[in-house]
Amino acid sequence: MPRPFSPKIITANDLLEGDVIYFTADGAWSRDLAQAELITDEAEAQLRLLEAERDALSVVGIYLTDAKDGPNGPEPVHFREDFRRTGPSNYAHGKQEAKLEATAHV
Amino acid sequence: MYKYNDFDAAFLAERNAQFRAQVERRIDGSLTEDEFKPLRLMNGLYLQLHAYMLRVAIPYGTLNSAQMRQLALLAEKWDKGYGHFTTRQNIQYNWPKLRDVPDMLDALAKVGLHAIQTSGNTVRNVTSDHFAAAAKEELEDPRPYAELIRQWSTDHPEFQFLGRKFKIAVTGAEQDRAVTRAHDIGLRMVEKDGENGFEVIVGGGLGRTPMIGKVLREFLPKEDLLPYLEAVLSVYNLLGRRDNKYKARIKITVQENGIDKIRELVEARFIERRAEFNGADRALLAEIKTHFTPPALRSGDTAPYTSAYDSDPVFRAWADTNLAEHRKADHAIVTISIKAHGATPGDATAEQMRVMADLAEQYGYDELRISHEQNVILPHVLKSDLPAIHARLKAAGLATANIGLISDIIACPGMDYCALATARSIPVAQDIATRFEELKLEHDIGHLQIKISGCINACGHHHVGHIGILGLDRAGVENYQITLGGDATETAAIGTRTGPGFAYDEIVPAIERLIEAYLQLRSGEEETFIEAYRRLGMEPFKTALYPEARKKVA
Repeated sequence: MPRPFSPKIITANDLLEGDVIYFTADGAWSRDLAQAELITDEAEAQLRLLEAERDALSVVGIYLTDAKDGPNGPEPVHFREDFRRTGPSNYAHGKQEAKLEATAHV
Repeated sequence: MYKYNDFDAAFLAERNAQFRAQVERRIDGSLTEDEFKPLRLMNGLYLQLHAYMLRVAIPYGTLNSAQMRQLALLAEKWDKGYGHFTTRQNIQYNWPKLRDVPDMLDALAKVGLHAIQTSGNTVRNVTSDHFAAAAKEELEDPRPYAELIRQWSTDHPEFQFLGRKFKIAVTGAEQDRAVTRAHDIGLRMVEKDGENGFEVIVGGGLGRTPMIGKVLREFLPKEDLLPYLEAVLSVYNLLGRRDNKYKARIKITVQENGIDKIRELVEARFIERRAEFNGADRALLAEIKTHFTPPALRSGDTAPYTSAYDSDPVFRAWADTNLAEHRKADHAIVTISIKAHGATPGDATAEQMRVMADLAEQYGYDELRISHEQNVILPHVLKSDLPAIHARLKAAGLATANIGLISDIIACPGMDYCALATARSIPVAQDIATRFEELKLEHDIGHLQIKISGCINACGHHHVGHIGILGLDRAGVENYQITLGGDATETAAIGTRTGPGFAYDEIVPAIERLIEAYLQLRSGEEETFIEAYRRLGMEPFKTALYPEARKKVA
């Protein structure tokens, strides 16, 4: 029996900034995993990947990765993706830095 | 140290201009990522987990103060205010933006630094003994040979597309501080009949198939260095496997063909190659040597040093761990620890880099070194200047007295940065250092090298750590394997795995159990961890690591 398809998101790095970005339902890219499109159908996933790859000139290393549904949108399944959506653990750099700054300005 | 001539400067300027144009063409869409990637890698630019990473070579680990200040400038202007010194005497910037990289490379070129061949299947940055020209028992300064190799290998047309990367280390001393036995080629200066030459070691390496290098040639006359290296690389280039990335390093070529066959092929090729050399290499070496004239060392009364040593316990603790014997009795070699307890091993802020540059300029004959152990060295310091240096280091958070101790940990960037990593290394290093600082046991434990890698590629040298830690991904969870008995020196050895790995929150307690066992088992305070392990073997340490399993067996 084939294994059931586990839900996926599409992610990559931005060409200029190099930071982590996610493919959204409206075919744009977001820096926030919660905004990513959670794809639950295998055929749809391959199709969406092809659509995402149209941006290959401005986006680097596009791939599908497992994610799960959470109260505020998709959440990572694997710890690697958790680090990618957060930043390194030794300094508050990366995405967590932007979030800290946003909080500080509220 | 080596000063660029007009040719070097023009070469670098042209290369940087080429890369600038390549970046522009990538940004305007003329180049695809598949076309651009090999070009950026040739210039040291990686794309990591969160950002680009620029790896800058510090050839044979030698810097002057102007270069160190420029590294600080890069950190501040184009990164997040710090740089990460690596186990191959490089510095990595973790946050550059693609558009800024050409400017960063131009800034480096101004002080004779570059990022060429810090990636890709080429001859990588040539590494050396960080105590070169300062250590007492050295036969000869190895750095002119390292510089010769750097010039020869840079853009060498035959060796730009090797089967895999190729790492060379050179040392001029009996005591091996350059891990020559874990390099594709290790060159050890040896003496024969009153002449210095090289023992050529080949096929060492860590990674997924760790190997201690084998002696390919017991004595190579120094004049034959380049033709012989060309012979080795040429044989490897043809014979080395290209069907499987993991079997492509020369260590596998040596293993599959046998050292005798490799030697036979190399010696035959060497005769051909040597005939093609016209002596320009020897002339170049002679010219390079003039750049490495030892500094005119001052002389001074060591009384200020002795008096500080006797009266200031903090200074004394630092002097006991961070100083090494210099070839001149009134001098010392200072190792500046960039491993403050709880900090990231190998990271220095721009401000700290400037402090170290200032100290080198004011007291250290303008020389700095970067060690593969991820520390910074002032190789020549008059002992009477040590109290002043220590005070300045202390003010900059750089006076940690832990060289060679349990918190002087080598750690790769791991999954906090690296796209290849399978687990984190840095927080494990931070937690071990913090824990043993809390226990106040560090100095009692004595000499102990812990080395941590966040994946099987072993950038953190875990195989040659007295205690090695390898972070893996086991079913989606970080898991850490321990090896014991590794040795990175002239008595190089690969560590042995203790058994099943430990979860992220179990690894520090596991190390603590190992250390408790060592403290109980050692024959006396003078017996180090590695000595105790060699005497006792794995069993008592295994019992300490896996108490539950032992109980079940009983």
